Amino acid sequence: MAIDTGDTAFILICTALVMLMTPGVGLFYGGLVRRKNIISMIALAFIAFSVVSLQWILFGYSLAFGHDIGGIIGGLDFIGLSGVGMDGDGIPDLLFMVFQLVFAGLTLAIVTSGAAERVKVSSFIIFGLLWTTLVYDPLAHWAWGGGWAASLGALDFAGGTVVHISSGFAALALALVIGRRVGFGTYSMDPHNIPLTLIGGALLWFGWFGFNAGSALAADGLAASAFVVTNTSAAAGALAWLVASWFRGRPSSLGMISGAIAGLVAITPAAGFVDPLSAIVIGAIGGLICYGAMLFRLHRGLDESLDAWAVHGMGGLWGAIATGIFAVAAVGGVDGLIYGNVNQFLIQVLDAGVSVIYAFSVTYALAWIVDKTIGLRVTEEEEYVGLDISQHGESTQA
Amino acid sequence: MKMIIAVIRPEKFGQVEAALAEKGFHAMTVSEVRGRGEQKGISLQSRGGPVKVDLLPKIRIEMAVSATFAETVVQIIREAARTGRIGDGKVFVLPLDMAAKVRTEEVSI
Repeated sequence: MAIDTGDTAFILICTALVMLMTPGVGLFYGGLVRRKNIISMIALAFIAFSVVSLQWILFGYSLAFGHDIGGIIGGLDFIGLSGVGMDGDGIPDLLFMVFQLVFAGLTLAIVTSGAAERVKVSSFIIFGLLWTTLVYDPLAHWAWGGGWAASLGALDFAGGTVVHISSGFAALALALVIGRRVGFGTYSMDPHNIPLTLIGGALLWFGWFGFNAGSALAADGLAASAFVVTNTSAAAGALAWLVASWFRGRPSSLGMISGAIAGLVAITPAAGFVDPLSAIVIGAIGGLICYGAMLFRLHRGLDESLDAWAVHGMGGLWGAIATGIFAVAAVGGVDGLIYGNVNQFLIQVLDAGVSVIYAFSVTYALAWIVDKTIGLRVTEEEEYVGLDISQHGESTQA
Repeated sequence: MKMIIAVIRPEKFGQVEAALAEKGFHAMTVSEVRGRGEQKGISLQSRGGPVKVDLLPKIRIEMAVSATFAETVVQIIREAARTGRIGDGKVFVLPLDMAAKVRTEEVSI
């Protein structure tokens, strides 16, 4: 098939939209930490994006989308982007490559939640390089590059397992290895700039249209459908979390935006397979599950600081399973559980379960190795003065 | 009356406030300040060379209390604000001539 200029124009724009989600994550997280760590949080998102941008063109894209090796990983045929050119099927191969690149960069940015306010920049760069190579690339291959999950027929439209389960459970593993922040549970660690977090959330919601609609890889009806269910699920998630938190106090703006992101995460794997009414259910349940997961995390005293696990991990897990429940053939050609397709449901559960175990255990091992060799964490004194000064020599406090 | 001025770690403020409230001391003025003790801030060694943090963020609490309670208040603050590490802060007690309430004619001496 020749290049379609309409599709190409659309995916170029979607790629740029998704890129904006990475600094969006940085601003979202930057507002949630203490003032002394805001530059650090935003910088980590940009660093994640930069590391992955190079890794992806050097060998990451090839590991994810090269010829299949045993269903596990891609071959080295596209190393250094050899053979990835301006021609392609509908859109240029190079455009598909960079569309996938911005997903990979965003995913590593979400993982920074697990090490917020206490990670050494140097160690994060090394950890991030290992993580994106050994966790993200295989997962992308399984879902989209012809790996075992794809051959089994597992559905993951825009990255429920690849982006969200992987980053969420990775953040949890990273948080367990690096340990709690000094004073966690004793000192107040309230977010210092909620409006900044809301701006970050707005950029995420906006960018998510590129993320999900763009995953149709064409400017067509499926893209429009994905766009609509994405917005619907986000709205349902925002209101569900808002109302749930209302019962425990006030309808906080932070709960509202967290719920919106939970809804966006939950619809991601299902975006090309469900109708708008199912999206309301998926988003609302997503908001409630993620809120519950956050309460559980706090109750257990786990310092997965900015809730990547609760929102992305658990939201992604729910979304992957929900895809197997609510998929309807009229949208994406596959029916789910409520339309009698038990098999699809079981495939989704298997895919999600394996992704959870793989992402958690491999991340734990990688973080442990980095910690034992060069140390993941800053010294206590550096943590006390904040990473803005200790890691970057910069400060928002004149 | 005495004016008590305590300069403490920001992260300890919540505990100090709670400990004071528990004993019935509620009135206070609180400001975010920056300062240093005899150690002159903190010096960090990083790969790019030394990083000197001269002034550290602190919380200053001001409380006007009757002279009989001054020692108790100082003790509560010291216990609640202590971590045992350098930089825990300092408490000052000053003589206070008078405290006049703006809303009423009440004057404390």
